[in-house]
Amino acid sequence: MTALATGTAGFLARFEGLRDQLPGARRPWLNALRADAAQAFAAAGFPSRRVEAWKYTDLAPIAQAGFAEPLTAVNGDVALPARIVPARAVFVDGRFRGDLSNLKDVPFRAGSLAQHLGETQGRLGALAGKGALDALNTMLFEDGLIVDVPEGVDGGVLELVNVAAPSERPFAFHPRHLIRLGRNARLTLIETTTGEAAAPYLHNPVSEIALAEGATLIHGRLQQEAASAFQLSAVHAELAQGATYDNFTLNAGARLARNEIHAALAGPGGACHMNGAQLLSDGQHADTTTFLDHAAPNCASRQTYKSVLAGRSRGVFQGKILVRQAAQKTDGYQMNQALLLGPEAEMDSKPQLEIYADDVKCSHGATVGELDAEQLFYLRARGIPESKAKAMLVEAFLHEAVETVADATLRDALMGAVDAWWTQQEGLAA
Amino acid sequence: MLKIEGLTAEVEGKPILNGVDLEVPQGEVHAIMGPNGSGKSTLSYVLAGREGYEVTGGAVTFRGQDLLAMEPEERAAAGVFLAFQYPVELPGVGNATFMRTALNAIRKSRGESELDAMQFLKLARQELKSLSMPEDMLKRGVNVGFSGGEKKRNEILQMALLRPALAILDETDSGLDIDALKIVADGVNALRSPESSTLVITHYQRLLNYIVPDRVHVLVQGRIVRSGGPELAKELEAQGYGAIQAAA
Amino acid sequence: MPAVTETLETVQSVTEQGYKWGFETDIEMEFAPKGLNEDIVRFISAKKHEPEWLLEWRLRAFKAWQAMEEPRWAAVKYPPIDYQDAYYYAAPKRKAAPKSLSEVDPELLRTYEKLGIPLKEQELLQGIAVDAVFDSVSVATTFKERLEKEGIVFCSISEAVQNHPELVRRYMGSVVPQGDNYYAALNSAVFTDGSFVFVPKGVRCPMELSTYFRINAKSTGQFERTLIIAEEGATVSYLEGCTAPMRDENQLHAAVVELVALDEASIKYSTVQNWYPGDAEGRGGIYNFVTKRGACRGARSKISWTQVETGSAITWKYPSCILQGADSVGEFYSVAITNNHQQADTGTKMIHLGPRTKSTIVSKGISAGQGQNTYRGLVRIGPKATHARNFTQCDSLLIGDRCGAHTVPYIENRCMTAKVEHEATTSRIAEDQLFYCRQRGLSEEDSVGLIVNGFCREVLKELPMEFAVEAQKLLQISLEGSVG
Repeated sequence: MTALATGTAGFLARFEGLRDQLPGARRPWLNALRADAAQAFAAAGFPSRRVEAWKYTDLAPIAQAGFAEPLTAVNGDVALPARIVPARAVFVDGRFRGDLSNLKDVPFRAGSLAQHLGETQGRLGALAGKGALDALNTMLFEDGLIVDVPEGVDGGVLELVNVAAPSERPFAFHPRHLIRLGRNARLTLIETTTGEAAAPYLHNPVSEIALAEGATLIHGRLQQEAASAFQLSAVHAELAQGATYDNFTLNAGARLARNEIHAALAGPGGACHMNGAQLLSDGQHADTTTFLDHAAPNCASRQTYKSVLAGRSRGVFQGKILVRQAAQKTDGYQMNQALLLGPEAEMDSKPQLEIYADDVKCSHGATVGELDAEQLFYLRARGIPESKAKAMLVEAFLHEAVETVADATLRDALMGAVDAWWTQQEGLAA
Repeated sequence: MLKIEGLTAEVEGKPILNGVDLEVPQGEVHAIMGPNGSGKSTLSYVLAGREGYEVTGGAVTFRGQDLLAMEPEERAAAGVFLAFQYPVELPGVGNATFMRTALNAIRKSRGESELDAMQFLKLARQELKSLSMPEDMLKRGVNVGFSGGEKKRNEILQMALLRPALAILDETDSGLDIDALKIVADGVNALRSPESSTLVITHYQRLLNYIVPDRVHVLVQGRIVRSGGPELAKELEAQGYGAIQAAA
Repeated sequence: MPAVTETLETVQSVTEQGYKWGFETDIEMEFAPKGLNEDIVRFISAKKHEPEWLLEWRLRAFKAWQAMEEPRWAAVKYPPIDYQDAYYYAAPKRKAAPKSLSEVDPELLRTYEKLGIPLKEQELLQGIAVDAVFDSVSVATTFKERLEKEGIVFCSISEAVQNHPELVRRYMGSVVPQGDNYYAALNSAVFTDGSFVFVPKGVRCPMELSTYFRINAKSTGQFERTLIIAEEGATVSYLEGCTAPMRDENQLHAAVVELVALDEASIKYSTVQNWYPGDAEGRGGIYNFVTKRGACRGARSKISWTQVETGSAITWKYPSCILQGADSVGEFYSVAITNNHQQADTGTKMIHLGPRTKSTIVSKGISAGQGQNTYRGLVRIGPKATHARNFTQCDSLLIGDRCGAHTVPYIENRCMTAKVEHEATTSRIAEDQLFYCRQRGLSEEDSVGLIVNGFCREVLKELPMEFAVEAQKLLQISLEGSVG
């Protein structure tokens, strides 16, 4: 049996063993949802590299790891990342920790999904996809963040912190986050995922984001998982008329990370900006796969992704833009740039356009290369030593991506993470 | 030359021209001035035959023919030329190729012989010289990367080559500095003749210092509300459109 | 002077002496029974008096084909092909050739006229008996002499197998191995003929190998095999196809083209293909599945692919370059049009293996009607391809809102000093642009033609001159009725 098949069977067995203990086990609708997901997962299994969407990312290491940890909550202290804003929801191993969170002054409903499962019938799963990632999560999720910002309310900034607690044995957790903004509501959500496990862990979060007319969600994500960890994440966003979704994802940790973002512009006049940076050092593999569906006319989308690859690392970017026949006057643009810093780095890029409407402005660009020799020379000719010159150029390259973030708090947090990563790289090089 | 009677027209269901009456005799230059939204550009597009501009009533006679019944290229062949306010770009289409093709299409419809590349080039060079335009303009793509002024001059160059009977200049002065304005005006004036007519559409009086009109008409809310001699333009400049709009 | 006129005048000058051979009609029609199996392969090989090694080669390919599965990943949809329901050697003529042009579909004649193809050539293309009867062998002789003086070999693959077996054996299958893909395997087993070109060291081929090809291509084979070899310092330009719409009994065309360029050699391969695209409902068109690959084996070698694809119901082709030699260059210029119900999934693969290799890709796709046009490209930079450079420009023009334009580029870079740049844009013919042209006196049809040719300019200027003019006309005709 291949590693993938073993992995698939392993997770299915785990589901069988745990299904009665999972939250909502007495709710028929949720049981049915989970059973369907298990069936779908069993049929398709962990995707192999022969599946077009997984051409560049091999999931065998995950399938091989074997996650068998039972469900036990971690109630003690855990190291948390530095606080960015007062309001924060903390999840440890995918389970809500009220004692570590601070949601009292938040002007909207935010809390543990497990505690509000009853009201999510019909909503949970509405936006999730049909792929392996989503099926796995539907099968095994225990908890996650539920957010409901009512009409017209400005929710301010909320932090969502996911921490993987230290463990001796490999374990997996699959939080499901449901975010909903009412008409003209606003929210900035800063999501941080970190871990310091000794053993590898799999973090498989799926977010379903529904934005009503005129709503705006600024969604910043800092992925700083432990070096031996795996992350398979999916974000599904659906925008109604005139809504705006700004997503910035910084991918710096994990041994293997697959970050999927699917956004559907379902109503006219919507706007979606998806930006991100992948920072890879030795031994890492990061895959950003985006799917932007222009289903309605007059919508705008912008994507800018930058990847910096050091050591022996592999970066993947797959960005598909679909413009349906009805989506006239679409304005779509996608740019993906990669900087290779070492002779063993590899970048695979597949920007795709599928266009069925003619009155559209749709373009994409992709570049892969090394630091520009002209620019390097210019700096050195002005007296800056080579290593410093390189550092300046790499930083400039990355800052360009982060500069697109409108929210100051988020931007600062991202800039800090970028600088920290680069400092670490320089330390390795020295 | 041109006779417009009771012309009404709509754009996207909204009435813009509400009964325009205008007569431009052969050999004369008439100016149409008016505040923004009065229908100036609409009038020029209707005369040129652009889709999306629906004529709901009235008639336009051009040299004895029913202009509104003709396709845009037929009107061009009949001698109508529109110098656009915002000339569009045609990437990959060489300027010289474009103009020669257009010229030959019009010549063919008039039963005249077509020009080959060499003959055309000779003619083009002459015109370029008199318009003080660089020869490399011919090699560039039509309007691609042209500055505002260059685009306007390109329109005048085409006018010089096609020698229309009626030239409609749609806000030719917008976005031009004085020097560019003078070059454009010189070009237009050089083409004035007893056989042709010009309709100058403008918001500002300034252009009319250089292209002196025989008659000036004021277009307000889709109708011509006042007509007069060149001094009417100066009056408008001094007093603005307010008084006339109020009276309309 | 257009290539066609030159051809006919040459033919006429050669025929002045009169001919012994009349025009062949339905005489010798030896054919293999329907279907495909090992016996058929043997039959074909025997019919062509091929040496043992070639028969073995075919059989190996056949076995490989049997073990393979038809690829279904391209974004094209077509009903399943029954490989047993076809003749693999000399299909009998089901209809007699027309006796004069008046028997020919007037639509076809109208197209010929628009393309500027003279009457005589029209007759030739329709297989009508011509007054100036010529024998293809005699004409071949004239050109052959000119080429032989330079040491250039230009003949059919069958002849090459007999007269230059060592060359064929050395190079055939070395660029496109038998097992490369389903259609290549099929082709390797049952190919009947094709072109063979060999240009020796330091020789520049003195003529475009297109004029000659026109005469020989009266009936294009279903499984053609072409092999072009340019030795050190040699140059050759080869043109395949013609602008005249080509109908064929056979629906499936699976050709294989292999190019080999040694040090400092340069091969330019141009294709202007206007296969019958099917009727306005999309029925009866040709399926064009081709494997074309060029190997830049030598240092500073260059292979350039230029194609204008306006026909066939389904096109599936990815002319590719393997850039092995240091400083070698690969180029791909393409215009693909899909109108009515046509589907095209076409593009290129540039594989950079050697240092300082360079590739340029310019692809212009035009979709109209309900056509679906997909560009699928691969740029792969290997770890040893230091300082390699790729530039890709992929533009789509959509006419109307019922068609589709898709871009699927794969960029794989394993070398930090290599630089890859890819850009894709989508546009349409704006009403403003059409109106501008019409206001200047151009008819709507001419305006569309002008703008489309402007869009494709970068590609058209890579074509051999006489075909660039025909290609422009062809583009305009292909888009008839698509606007408005």
